[in-house]
Parts: sequence; structure tokens; C-alpha cells
Amino acid sequence: MSDTVQTVPAHTAPAAFTRAQLEWLPWLEPLAVDAMTERHRASLVDAARVKSPYFRLLARDPDALEARTRTDKDIFYNPDAGLPRAERELAAAATSRFNGCVYCASVHARHAATYSKREADVQRLLDAGVTADLGERWNAIVAASVALTATPSTFGPEHVERLRGAGLDDLAIADVIHAAAFFNWANRLMLSLGEPAATATTA
Amino acid sequence: MTTDADVIDTLVGITPGSPLDAIRARRPEARAHAQATYRALFAPSAPGELTTQERFAVGVFVAGLHDATAIASAYAGRLTDRGASAALKDAVDASISEARTRGPYGSYPAGPLSREDTEGPVFRVAASTRRALGPRLAAAFEHAHMLVFHPRDAAPAALQALLDAGWSTTEIVTLSQIVAFLSFQIRVIAGLRVLAAHPAPGEATP
Repeated sequence: MSDTVQTVPAHTAPAAFTRAQLEWLPWLEPLAVDAMTERHRASLVDAARVKSPYFRLLARDPDALEARTRTDKDIFYNPDAGLPRAERELAAAATSRFNGCVYCASVHARHAATYSKREADVQRLLDAGVTADLGERWNAIVAASVALTATPSTFGPEHVERLRGAGLDDLAIADVIHAAAFFNWANRLMLSLGEPAATATTA
Repeated sequence: MTTDADVIDTLVGITPGSPLDAIRARRPEARAHAQATYRALFAPSAPGELTTQERFAVGVFVAGLHDATAIASAYAGRLTDRGASAALKDAVDASISEARTRGPYGSYPAGPLSREDTEGPVFRVAASTRRALGPRLAAAFEHAHMLVFHPRDAAPAALQALLDAGWSTTEIVTLSQIVAFLSFQIRVIAGLRVLAAHPAPGEATP
């Protein structure tokens, strides 16, 4: 067995945080589509993800991938009360901005902008970073996400109080915690197993 | 910490019927699959070449880097259960002491974002510790330190270092999942602990 690092094709690296659609180029070899077993395919959860080199690479450990994906979906898509979807995406985007994951930030800034209709505020987070003034409620969510993302964590009672002051109940605060924590998981995979590329069609 | 008890509930101290138990019950898939991920990574049905001892050694190291004392102790208990030698456990503890810092820091590809580049240490296991860890775990700890504290410095060369130390592509995926998952689990525990200790005014604790 001689596993190797893959040489990525010539591409343009994104020069800044962006809401544009990016590509992701793997540094390790994803499973070939025709080499995938039923177990590998099932671990993708969404069959369409077979097109994604990221998910086909993670499918090398199918049990971990499937559990990761089901955790992700409940944290972000569960519609039962708590934090509105837009603000779960905001926590994901802020975490990705602070860790420096340009790819993750692009996806979740796009989602945050779509669900909140606050494109200018989301863009300010990308351009100016996690200290941008986005209004108190969003500032409280970003500050809590950033504190929890620091290693070691600096998240404390003052963050809980500030989120309560901004109108979040405890289920919503737990959603902020989970969304930020989950992107500490996702950012590390995206950043370390490949790199982002501007897509050819992006002007 | 047994394999089947919910690790997050146990380490936050969530008891049945408590306010946090009710909150976690509202996201039942996230709760179940955070635990399923733990099982997949630390009690896999087929561990392959990546032994459970190596998995728990990385677990102790990563929790230690987060200053998460109780979590590190829980993983250290599992490492002991897996028959780790005193020399290995000492080497893990020594690595934590040598490697501890604050993140995130790191560099962006040269360009406009370079103004946000932040300096920080690159961890290399000391020669004396390396002997006790062996080349595979030493390479894993160096990689884990980068993932924990400065993930935006990741580069193909870091993966090449793992391949050179005997890690296969599939094992690197699992190792990456272990470190990344722990980065999640440790933060959920840290965050929910703060929330549990500071209930909303007027909310009686049963």
C-alpha cells in the first residue's frame, strides 16, 4: 500500500472571506464512486453527496461520517423552537471566520444571509471579522461562538447572561453552543484535508 | 466512563428530569449521534490498524490541550483500561505539558488576509517523549496540536508527515475525525456546564 498526498489541480485560491460558491480540492484520495460499498453509500445519508470529494473522503470511516452527518442535521435543521435557523448559521459562520475556514464560512455565511435577509451584516462579519458591530443580538451570538471557539474555551456566565439579555431562552442558548461547537468539528476537517478554490464560473 | 453511558451527559452532570435533560431531549438526533460518533471513533466495531489504545491516547492529549481536566481524566481512565503502560501514560502527560498554548492562530495563503496572520508555536514532540510514544503516536500528536490550536496552518506536508510515520489515508481520516470530534464534544460539555450552573432567574432546579 503506498498512499500518497494528492497534487491539486491549478486553481485560484480565494483571496478573502466570501459568500461566493467555492470548490474544495482534497489532499488525500477520496473513495472512487465505483469502489464504494453499500455501507459507504449509506454513510453519506444524502445520496447526492456522492458527487462531493469531501464526503467521499470522509466515507473511508463510514460509521464516523454517518454519525457526524446526523448530528449536524439535527443541530442546524431541527425546526422545534430554539434558535432560528438564520442565527444557527450565524454561529457557524462566526466560528468559521474566527478559526479561519474560508470554505466553511462561505457556505454558512450564504445560509445566514439567505435565512436572515441581512446580507450587509453577514458580509460585514466576513470583511471585518468577529468584532464587527452587527447589532446587540447578533453581537451576543457571535461573541458567545468566538469565546467557545477559543482554545481553551473562554465561554462563561457573562456570555449566557448576554444571550438571555438579547432574548434567547435556554434552548436557544444550547443551540448557539451546539452550532459553534459543531463548526469546531467541521472547520478542522475542511481545513486539514483539502483546500478551497474559486470556481471557474465565479467572476 | 463506560462505553455506553452518554459521555456528554455524564461529564456535564445531566440527570434525568433536569432542565438540561429536557433541553437535550429537544435535539434527540444530535444527542444520540454525538454519542454514536464517540462509539464509532473510540469503540469501533472493527478498529483496524488504529488501535483503541492509540485512539484514547489521542483523546487524553486533545482534552489536555483544552485544559479540560475532567474530560482528560475520563479519557485517561479508558486509556488505562486499554492496558496502556505507565511509560505511555507519562509520555502523554509530558506531551500535554510541552504542547499547551492558546488558539486559534496561524497564517492565511499570501494575500489580503495575511494582515490577520497570528504567530504561534509549532509543536514537535521532544526526543525523550518520542521514544515512549513511538513514531506513529508522536506524528499523531504533532498533527493533533496543529488541528487544535492552528488549523488554518494545515498543508499537504502535514499529511505527508503522517503517511511517512506509517498512517494510511483511511487512518488519517479517522485520526482527523477523532481530533475534530473531540473539539466539538469538549465545547458542548464546556458550554452546557456553564448553562447548567447558571439557570435562568425564577427557574427552580428540581
